[in-house]
Amino acid sequence: MSAAAVNSTRALAGRIRGHALRMTSLGGGSHIGAVFSCADLLAALYDGILRVDPAKPRDPARDRLVLSKGHAGAGLYAALADRGFFPVEQLWTHYQDGSDLSGHVSHALPGVEVSTGALGHGLSIAAGMALAGKLDGAGHRVFCLLSDGECDEGSTWEAALFAPHHGLSNLEAIVDYNRIQGIAPVAEVLELEPFADKWRAFGWSVREVDGHDHAAIHASCRALPFEAGKPSCLIAHTTKGKGVSFMENTVLWHYRTPRGAEFDAALEELEASENLEARP
Amino acid sequence: MRDAFVKVLTELASSHAEIMLLTGDLGFGVLNEFAARFPRQLVNVGVAEQNMAGLAAGLALEGRTVFTYSIGNFPTLRCLEQIRNDICYHEANVKVVSVGGGMSYGPVGMSHHATEDLAILRSLAGMEVYAPTDLWEAAEATRHLVKSRGPAYLRLDKSAAPPTKQEGERFQPGRIRVVREGVDATLVATGGIAGEAIKAADALAGQGIFCRVLSVCTVKPLDTETLKRAATETGGIVSIEEHTVEGGLGGAIAESLMEAGVAPEFFVRLGLRNTFSSVVGSQRYLRGVYQMDAPAIMKAVLKKLGMKAEVPA
Repeated sequence: MSAAAVNSTRALAGRIRGHALRMTSLGGGSHIGAVFSCADLLAALYDGILRVDPAKPRDPARDRLVLSKGHAGAGLYAALADRGFFPVEQLWTHYQDGSDLSGHVSHALPGVEVSTGALGHGLSIAAGMALAGKLDGAGHRVFCLLSDGECDEGSTWEAALFAPHHGLSNLEAIVDYNRIQGIAPVAEVLELEPFADKWRAFGWSVREVDGHDHAAIHASCRALPFEAGKPSCLIAHTTKGKGVSFMENTVLWHYRTPRGAEFDAALEELEASENLEARP
Repeated sequence: MRDAFVKVLTELASSHAEIMLLTGDLGFGVLNEFAARFPRQLVNVGVAEQNMAGLAAGLALEGRTVFTYSIGNFPTLRCLEQIRNDICYHEANVKVVSVGGGMSYGPVGMSHHATEDLAILRSLAGMEVYAPTDLWEAAEATRHLVKSRGPAYLRLDKSAAPPTKQEGERFQPGRIRVVREGVDATLVATGGIAGEAIKAADALAGQGIFCRVLSVCTVKPLDTETLKRAATETGGIVSIEEHTVEGGLGGAIAESLMEAGVAPEFFVRLGLRNTFSSVVGSQRYLRGVYQMDAPAIMKAVLKKLGMKAEVPA
């Protein structure tokens, strides 16, 4: 993959983080740590992996993305607005009275396939979409971005059993494995390890990737499925709060709203490291 | 009723390739013909109702008309959040079908009794609720659901009232049917237990008391006009449901009449009253135990009319 392409994705990731920081600062209702951990994944998806067209958000031939970790809605909204699905200005209404942009992702926005927020729902919906695509012999793919925390949900594993049994090779689950869930580290709450082995044992073809390495993410999704006849699972090793030093790897920033001096410091760090647009 | 549903769905599956039937590993022997003829339209998803409801939403968002199928509370309460968020909120074209409405699975035990489903499902925005009373309504409701768009719940009973279709009658979703005329009281029933209401009405007629009997196949949206007429034209209303009296048919009738500003002379809800159906027995036996069978209905009417009950054993 060319350096220019990697830089393009890096820049998008920077804009997603910057937009999300502003959105959560303006409206509150932050899950900023969870947004930042998957910002690079979302950037790669919307900068080359997903075959989507903002002019035709309901195109039957489009790739589908189900954001099962609906609490990272700010990140998806930012990516979609940046890609032109709706105006960037609309982002600044996030979480505020009368807005379409609820804290947990809403299908009221063009480009959002389904509303989520209750954890453990997305993979089943994505599997249903993939089953329809397979029955129709359609060429599009269905992606599902999950959190590690929602792998506590039995329903996630119901869907995980279903997809390989039905050979849903047009389905790719991407797990944002930042190792910190709602109020504590995953290892303390409910250990998921050996995580990749669990997915393999269920019948998925599994790859692992550094979820902040844009070239690596692109490379891992270049050829899908990973293995013929099987659904693919990409375990993305990530850092919660990635991009702002004082947010990284902290439970605190799962919910905390960046305001005042913290907002300024966060923006400064992002601007220093990424290709951010000017403030709105 | 289950067979009537499967028969209609099997009949329509070839001309409606968009139909998908998902079963939660139930329907042994019942779904064989459908499976053999339409293997691409049937998926046994296993004992995984949450996944079944989510899959159904995904399939429906891709243009399928999806029926999810299981017993009692499994396709409803077990996966209620998926029905609420994934199906109803997205206005997905999913029809949730429960066989074994009420206490159909009598001696199997309360785990298999569906006695809160009407109340809970009808509270969901956009969800229509159907509980046929006889085999004709079951078949016609199924036919309607194949054509209709959006979420719906179909509650099928093991029992069925005797045929009530009138000559030349056409099924009208959303309309309450008058299956017996009368002025002394109105018996309003949903599900197969409507057969008990008819039995009670016929017995009371023998004593010179004439009850109107209303068959409520569509619990939501509720036909308020027919209920208003019953409230004003007859001596009072008795609701009969194999279900908790809270929030089900009786609750829905009370809500709609109160809001319409029409109060019947008397109003009695027959059904489970803050109790689980813990007694072991057949559906018929349990209806007696929980005071919703024909003799119980007769007693309720006679008591309200100030008459001494002469109820045959």
